Amino acid sequence: MIGLALAYLRDRGLVTALNILLIALGVASLAVLLLVSSQVEQRFTRDSAGIDLVVGAKGSPLQLILSSVYHVDVPTGNVPAASLDLLRGDPGVARAVPLALGDSFRGARIVGTEPPFLAIHGATIADGRNFATTGEAVVGAEAARTTGLTIGRRFAGTHGTGADGHAHDNFAFTVVGILAPTGTVTDRLILTTIDSVWAMHGIEGPATQKHAAEPHDHGPGDAHDHDHADAAEPKGAILDPRGGPAPDITAILVTYRNAMAAVRLPSAINRETALQAASPATETARLLSLFGAAFDGARLFAWLVALTGLASVFVILLAAATAREGDMALLRVMGASRSQAAGTVLLEGLIIAAAGALLGLAAAHALLALGASLFPTLRAVGVGPALFHPGELGIAAAVLGLGVLAALIPALKVYRTDLAETLARAT
Amino acid sequence: MPNALELRSIRFSRNGRPILADFGLSLAPGEQALLLGPSGCGKTSLLNIAAGLLTPDSGDVLLMGERMPARAADRDALRRRTVGIVFQTLRLISALSLRDNLALAARLAGQPADGIDRLLAELSLSHRAGARPRALSQGEAQRAAIARALVARPALLLADEPTSALDDANTDRAAALLVRLAAEQGSALLIATHDSRLKAHIPRAIQLAAAPDRVAA
Repeated sequence: MIGLALAYLRDRGLVTALNILLIALGVASLAVLLLVSSQVEQRFTRDSAGIDLVVGAKGSPLQLILSSVYHVDVPTGNVPAASLDLLRGDPGVARAVPLALGDSFRGARIVGTEPPFLAIHGATIADGRNFATTGEAVVGAEAARTTGLTIGRRFAGTHGTGADGHAHDNFAFTVVGILAPTGTVTDRLILTTIDSVWAMHGIEGPATQKHAAEPHDHGPGDAHDHDHADAAEPKGAILDPRGGPAPDITAILVTYRNAMAAVRLPSAINRETALQAASPATETARLLSLFGAAFDGARLFAWLVALTGLASVFVILLAAATAREGDMALLRVMGASRSQAAGTVLLEGLIIAAAGALLGLAAAHALLALGASLFPTLRAVGVGPALFHPGELGIAAAVLGLGVLAALIPALKVYRTDLAETLARAT
Repeated sequence: MPNALELRSIRFSRNGRPILADFGLSLAPGEQALLLGPSGCGKTSLLNIAAGLLTPDSGDVLLMGERMPARAADRDALRRRTVGIVFQTLRLISALSLRDNLALAARLAGQPADGIDRLLAELSLSHRAGARPRALSQGEAQRAAIARALVARPALLLADEPTSALDDANTDRAAALLVRLAAEQGSALLIATHDSRLKAHIPRAIQLAAAPDRVAA
């Protein structure tokens, strides 16, 4: 009977194709939403693993997390480097890794940090060695691919994260290592020492901030937030032990030594210093809940599209069940049972729904592949085509179930057809 | 060997109006007969009763010696095994090609599909094997309906006004084919018709009158 069901579908090919397309649109939308939300959530979880707290300049805590953990936003500002010593001296801190942000090379962000940064994301050197001294850089796997940097290559950083920043031609980095892929944000970064970033900006020593005194032309949207006033006269910031304002860093990634630190440190920092402490877990949850509301709305719309497709299946099969009354009677006369005759209608609903579901899922993955290749911002938040999500099976099963449901009433109509009456009418 | 069809004391009425009263008929295996009578005299009802598509008010229907079962599913099974029907207008499944129609009919009857090409050739339909029913002419469609019924190799072939829509030339051709092919494969044949031209092909005729009081010829 599958052959007969397929023949009926072929017989009204255009309508069948439109039915399938409508269902596929809904399924593709649902699958894209599912994949994007799950991939973003996974990426956020992976990227923030091992980081309990981020300490940076006052401002939006979400912005601080986005810029310092996920490297997708501009930093809130800078904080004195001496803040690092303060945190490292705290008994509740197991690890504090500084970040100096604000520059890039061909779209890959340059992160001034310390070698333990690699341990946070479990990054290992695939080729060469780790950075150790001023001017040395290691490049994440994807950054190496997109920038074309290889070991031994020298390059100058560009101010900001956009393409329109001015180049820091006065200072050249040398690539000493390429990282193995980690599936985390590290893949997209260029890592170097903190003082390399200072040197790039002309800051020669920790106690001297030439950078603040130099005329600087910052374009709108540049990531490097030079809060010159704050740097010269930090509002209640931790002062350098030598008495002057300390060289800036952008943020500090903190890992707690114990659970008590989670209770004490954030509030102590936010209350007693000019610094801001933000929890990646909290901010990420907040962000995902904001996304979640938008996703829920989009998901509702996607279901509406899919249901419209399935409703059209119902209407078309109901009309078909009436139109092919004679066919079904003949089929019965030829020896098919009631169930076989009704089964062809059910099969049609199932085949349309299955084709729509398969096409929709394939389209979703193709769409994500296209999106990830066209838009670096999507890649930045972990969106990609390849990974299959078990939820896709759920979507397919739901659509198949609804397809059968849409065909049920037309199939019952065929099942209940009185053969003799139909033949009397039709012959 | 039991009769292909045996109707005993059949009574049938529709909407309180008697159509058949104490009607009896026997058709031996391979035997051919015409069921003649004016429109509305009960020819189609009689064929439907013989095929188990209608249940008589009383009387017995036996196909190849097997009594027509009361259960619908069992009636379907008996019909599938023993009966082929050619209708006046309901000829083929609309979505299937002619060849696929014949293949489906053979499969439902549990018969091999290897005779399809020969049958199509016999009925001069080989060149239309891939055509959909709506693309066939009246004559081709009626020959195709005969092929569809014969491919199941039924013990009893029932035909309801098989030539009513055909011109003289096509009537003669369709009737001749029906008679010859049914005979070749040993199927008993009962044709319900008001077309007396068919007497030229099948000598035995059972005349049904408009009144219900009638018996087998």
